[in-house]
Amino acid sequence: MTRIGIVAELGRETRVAATPVTVKQLLGLGYEVVVEKGAGESASFRDEAYAEAGALVVGADEAWGSEVVLRINPPTEDEIARLTVGATLIGSLSPGLRPELVEALAARPITALALDAVPRISRAQSMDVLSSMANIAGYRAVIEAAHEFGRFFTGQVTAAGKVPPAKVLVAGAGVAGLAAIGAASSLGAIVRATDPRPEVADQVKSIGGTYLKVEVAEEMKSTDGYAKATSEAYNARAAEIYSEQAADVDIIITTALIPGRPAPKLLTAEDVASMKAGSVIVDMAAGQGGNVEGSVAGERIVTDNGVVILGYTDLPARLPAQASQLYGTNMVNLLKLLTPDKDGQLRIDFDDVVQRSVTVVREGEKTWPPPPVQVSAAPAVKTDAGTAAESQAPEKKQGLSTAGKAGLFAAGIAVLFGINAVAPAPLPQHFTVLMLSIVVGFYVIGKVHHALHTPLMSVTNAISGIIVVGALLQVTSENIVMQVLAAVAVLLASINIFGGFAVTRRMLAMFSAGKVRS
Amino acid sequence: MTDAVSGPLTADSIAGAAYIVAALLFILSLAGLSKHEKARAGVAYGITGMIIALAATIWLTLQDAWGTGHALTGLGLLVAAVAVGGAIGLWRARVVEMTGMPELIALLHSFVGLAAVLVGWNGHLEAPALSSDLMAIHHAEVFIGVFIGAVTFTGSIVAFLKLSARMKSSPLMLPGKNGINLGALAAFIALTVWYVNDSQLWLLIVVTVLALGLGWHLVASIGGGDMPVVVSMLNSYSGWAAAAAGFLLNNDLLIITGALVGSSGAYLSYIMCKAMNRSFISVIAGGFGIAAPASKGDTDHGEHREITAEATAEMLTNASSVVITPGYGMAVAQAQYPVAELAHQLREKGVNVRFGIHPVAGRLPGHMNVLLAEAKVPYDIVLEMDEINDDLGDTSVVLVIGANDTVNPAAAEDPGSPIAGMPVLKVWEAENVVVFKRSMAAGYAGVQNPLFFRDNSQMLFGDAKTRVEDILKAF
Repeated sequence: MTRIGIVAELGRETRVAATPVTVKQLLGLGYEVVVEKGAGESASFRDEAYAEAGALVVGADEAWGSEVVLRINPPTEDEIARLTVGATLIGSLSPGLRPELVEALAARPITALALDAVPRISRAQSMDVLSSMANIAGYRAVIEAAHEFGRFFTGQVTAAGKVPPAKVLVAGAGVAGLAAIGAASSLGAIVRATDPRPEVADQVKSIGGTYLKVEVAEEMKSTDGYAKATSEAYNARAAEIYSEQAADVDIIITTALIPGRPAPKLLTAEDVASMKAGSVIVDMAAGQGGNVEGSVAGERIVTDNGVVILGYTDLPARLPAQASQLYGTNMVNLLKLLTPDKDGQLRIDFDDVVQRSVTVVREGEKTWPPPPVQVSAAPAVKTDAGTAAESQAPEKKQGLSTAGKAGLFAAGIAVLFGINAVAPAPLPQHFTVLMLSIVVGFYVIGKVHHALHTPLMSVTNAISGIIVVGALLQVTSENIVMQVLAAVAVLLASINIFGGFAVTRRMLAMFSAGKVRS
Repeated sequence: MTDAVSGPLTADSIAGAAYIVAALLFILSLAGLSKHEKARAGVAYGITGMIIALAATIWLTLQDAWGTGHALTGLGLLVAAVAVGGAIGLWRARVVEMTGMPELIALLHSFVGLAAVLVGWNGHLEAPALSSDLMAIHHAEVFIGVFIGAVTFTGSIVAFLKLSARMKSSPLMLPGKNGINLGALAAFIALTVWYVNDSQLWLLIVVTVLALGLGWHLVASIGGGDMPVVVSMLNSYSGWAAAAAGFLLNNDLLIITGALVGSSGAYLSYIMCKAMNRSFISVIAGGFGIAAPASKGDTDHGEHREITAEATAEMLTNASSVVITPGYGMAVAQAQYPVAELAHQLREKGVNVRFGIHPVAGRLPGHMNVLLAEAKVPYDIVLEMDEINDDLGDTSVVLVIGANDTVNPAAAEDPGSPIAGMPVLKVWEAENVVVFKRSMAAGYAGVQNPLFFRDNSQMLFGDAKTRVEDILKAF
């Protein structure tokens, strides 16, 4: 049986790669699980809880000696050396940003999987650790801002006067941005959001924000699910929006990141200077160079005009229990994929695009970077086909044009007129009755409650048994054949009359208003 | 009857007056169904109307033939037929399962159809003495009455067989089926003209067989999911059959009642067709099932996620509002009782629970409402699609129980989809969607449902009834 080792993190990291809950799930996959002593301490997961979940609490060496090692942060040189031959290391390795780490890992006969290299396809969403951490970071950014901000987020009218709601601007409506918008709006603030991808407008709206559109004749189509760099004209207009907003809002949270490049500068020093004293900026991109001029990674800065700029890079780690739980679940989902038979045997299938993408080193051989994965989240090709289908569809569906309908109607009227003009005595009267009854019928039926359509059908069943009248008139005929036929008709119609009314009554008796039950 | 002498207070005038009263009571009976509170009074009106009409007719018949030998036989037959028919009707009405309502109703339609055929045949056998003009009309009426009755009869029988799964519900695909239908209609018109000029019994037999065949083919080529339309369409036909008999017998009550039932069925069919975004003609001509969308099958929808009953229970407990959208699957699994219990328990916990009913959910208009009513779900939390659609965006959890096509986002978003434009319940706008389903198979329309692959939806596989019971246990 393969053994999974949960090892402790270094330095100020508070998270841990597995929680007691996810340990149970790992055991369910057929693995044996060991946890380094104290690994979950700072995330409030005690050794006893792990032991209770079924893991073995062991020393650091034993944990690092496992066949599979789960980690959050990339390992140091020393730690890489502690891995056994043939071991598999899974963690957030950021292989794209740290080529030297990839080299160091490839120097050993081990396998390394980067959980943060999962491609952005729907199938892999359950293991997308970047999304789950961004979600936490977005929430925490709002909490940090609220902590620094000297006022309410929500507007109130109190005996001591009226309090206006705080205005929050969120730059970038990715996972983190949306989480921030949701958190801020549920605290009661007025939330606005910007993003170069216009398709996020609905998402922003759905969680309570207002989308500020940058009006330029250019649209961004993202093929890999991440935002890309923007054009000059766009940037100029966006900068204007940021300047306008900076003077107006109380809180700004920036989340703009472009993979593999330094973060775009969204707010200039002048913008920051135009903000009111006591305003707060959270620069969630500070670790990648920052969206805000003057932000410092990992630091809290107060500008000359009293604006607080937070450049914290450890936002997920500030909610350690939550972050560990989500990270651990992402990890379990990846291991589920790698353990198709739930037999505790880890297998990597290079034909699977997710497994190929996360593999950085396989048995000492460097496999980074993987071939690019096209997600086509934006329907770039489909739009053409779609609009073509759209333009054709209505014609096909229509069937009859307005003129055609009018023609049919006129023809119907003419036929009715023709028949009644030539028909002898009783027929026109019958048509009068028929016509009026149809009209009455349509109006009466149109008013029937939608929930009572089945009773309607059974009651019409019953009254259409009125055909019994016809049969009754014939049952006393002198012709015995006719009598028998009429009797059969009476029998059938009676089934309808009795059955129809009885079943309708039975159904209607079941319908009851709310007060009966609750 | 027109040939009777009219004067003050003859049997005919009294019967005529009784018929007018009965017709009014029937209209009131249908009008009563506009509100739940008035519905039961409506049925009472209907029953009263029926009693008045029958009493008047029986009295009239007996008065005409009193004293003759055949009157006694007739009376004997009458009493026996009503007693047997009434007993069968009451017995079926008492034992029928609410999930089996569509079958019962289809069967009842077939009786009206057959009765109309028999009345028509009798019209042939006992041709009244009339002028040649009126005679021609009489013949045409016989023919039309028999034709409509026979189509209704076999059509309803096929619908019954399909609904009760005694016959495969997939549409029958004969080559040139539209040609067959049109040919049958043309043959009917030709035969009518012939019969009007020369009323031979064999012509009547031919048209009866032709109509029986047409009715059979018409419904056999319509798939199981279109049954709400078919059943209401047959409801309409049975009404027209009665109206045709009314023309034949010069009886205004039959015409009024037939027209009421006919327009009722037509109106319901119209609602159903609108709810499926299809043309009425194409459904009754069995046109829909043809375009099986094979090309779309390869699209990568991604992967669905599963959820356990326990996790669903937890999600429901933490929800502020829950909407349940049932479909035919709930009826099949007989899950209405546990679903009602689920709704009840959640309401006790203070969760706002409502039901969203798509007009074509189930196999009969209003089928879901009856099932939920049977399980004692209060009707004021059972809402129509249009009433609930705007609220779905603010709903925490939507439970999709045995519904598929009626919650398919492709209908709203993919113009290339075969069900594009069909109004659907926008469940995907809710925060979370839990789909109860047996497997990942496509729905009736054969269209894959992208809902299952949405980020906010999760699948709960298995029998709907057991799964709902599991959730109840987990509370």
